Amino acid sequence: MSEVTNSGNIVEEPGEQTTRRAFLAAAGTAGVLYAAALAYPIYRYLASPEEMALSATAVTEVTLKDAQKLPAGSVLMFKFGTRPAMLIHHADGRWISMTAVCTHLGCTVQYEPQADRIHCSCHGGVYNAYTGANVSGPPPKPLTLYKVAVNDTGVEVSRT
Amino acid sequence: MTVKTITSSAYEWVDERLGLSELAAFARHKTVPVHSQSFWYYWGGITLFLFMVQCFTGVLLLVYYRPGADAYESVRQITVVMNFGWLIRSVHAWSANLMMFSILVHMFSVFFMKAYRKPREFGWLSGMALLGVASVFGFSGYLLPMDELSYFATKVGLEIPTAIPYVGAAIANMLRGGPEVSEFTVQRFFALHVVVLPALFLPLLGFHLWLVQRHGNAAPPSEEAKPATERKSIPFMPNFLRKDLAMWLITLNTLALLASVFPWALGKQFDPLAPAPAGIHPEWYFMSPFEMLKLLGAVLPGEIGEITGILLFSVGILLWVLIPFYDTNKDSGQRGRAAHYFGLLAIFALLATTVIGYWTIR
Repeated sequence: MSEVTNSGNIVEEPGEQTTRRAFLAAAGTAGVLYAAALAYPIYRYLASPEEMALSATAVTEVTLKDAQKLPAGSVLMFKFGTRPAMLIHHADGRWISMTAVCTHLGCTVQYEPQADRIHCSCHGGVYNAYTGANVSGPPPKPLTLYKVAVNDTGVEVSRT
Repeated sequence: MTVKTITSSAYEWVDERLGLSELAAFARHKTVPVHSQSFWYYWGGITLFLFMVQCFTGVLLLVYYRPGADAYESVRQITVVMNFGWLIRSVHAWSANLMMFSILVHMFSVFFMKAYRKPREFGWLSGMALLGVASVFGFSGYLLPMDELSYFATKVGLEIPTAIPYVGAAIANMLRGGPEVSEFTVQRFFALHVVVLPALFLPLLGFHLWLVQRHGNAAPPSEEAKPATERKSIPFMPNFLRKDLAMWLITLNTLALLASVFPWALGKQFDPLAPAPAGIHPEWYFMSPFEMLKLLGAVLPGEIGEITGILLFSVGILLWVLIPFYDTNKDSGQRGRAAHYFGLLAIFALLATTVIGYWTIR
């Protein structure tokens, strides 16, 4: 039928006649819209935790209560938004805070007080414990530093 | 090589190994009878579709559901916190109810079309087994949210086996995981609902569907009586399949409408010390047996009534299940009519007790 219409009725006014092609296009569009209407709630349902995490990563400041009592030469692990971070009280009294997520493949790194360095056990990456700079091993980038403010009630860590 | 030759040689490669063309030939030759009762042929397919919806939404719920002590909180989270979680849960609950309904329609249509007769006895038996498993699906799934209603429904439901002499209490405790409905009960109902029952249901369903392919759709006796030249049929592919799919679409739309306009509620968290809420009653598909036991309890009070009830029930179900073996007559004679009246009586009893049950809710 469409062949007949195509050859015999080429200059056809839009909407004048429902051709087979137009019908198929409309049916196809309706089908795609229907499928999308089914898929959308399912996608949003499965993406819920991701959306919650997204609002958590909007965090710009974390207050760690009583963290000022952290002894020198030790580390406190905490969550900055959704991701692990560390607060290091160095033996020389300096306070340093940075993300604890290795820039190589996302393992959580650890502070080693004896060597005074940050080490990632997964693939042996090493970072400077004062600047976060990647010193050796596979990490491609330094760890991000946070601003630290120590007061009598706790420690405030914020994005720089 | 053109696209056409590539596809055809790929098809040949697969066909040689899997025998697709045999399947295609089988599908081409499959026909479905056409007569005044053809409408009832859709209900098995509708049930199948709703079962697929159950599998799909069930897996989606499984993504966030946590059985055990955390059960209520996780269902609350699904319903209130997760995007469209209320809808997924509502679809699962509504689809379960619609599936029970379509199973019953399918069963009664098979019954009155006498489609359980030779050679379709196994179709009937596997269908009854599927109904049994579906009921346990419904009963176990009802508890999983651990709200007030599900708590008391399960409490009452698990009291019924205790009426069985000697072993009843042990069976009830085994199902409950202790003397009371608790987080242990949810945990084992969860295992039942998502592992054990699907493992039973799927092979039974496969068997049931294979039998339908093997024997084809049964025509009612009035059609069978006609000479072969007067009987009409349509090809399954694509004519009947197209109608089947249209029915699925209607089912899906109905389901979507019900689930979104009447979202399934979540009650208060269960509290073992709280009194049962007013107007508590079983799900509609359990209302009839529940009411029958209640009515019988009024006539024959005490333990004797309970035992008689369970006994009568077992005999009734057994008679129903075994119908292909005593209603075998192909000509609609006396025995055929007896089975017909049995079916009508069953429908009447189910409807009447269900109505009385809802009528007398306090």
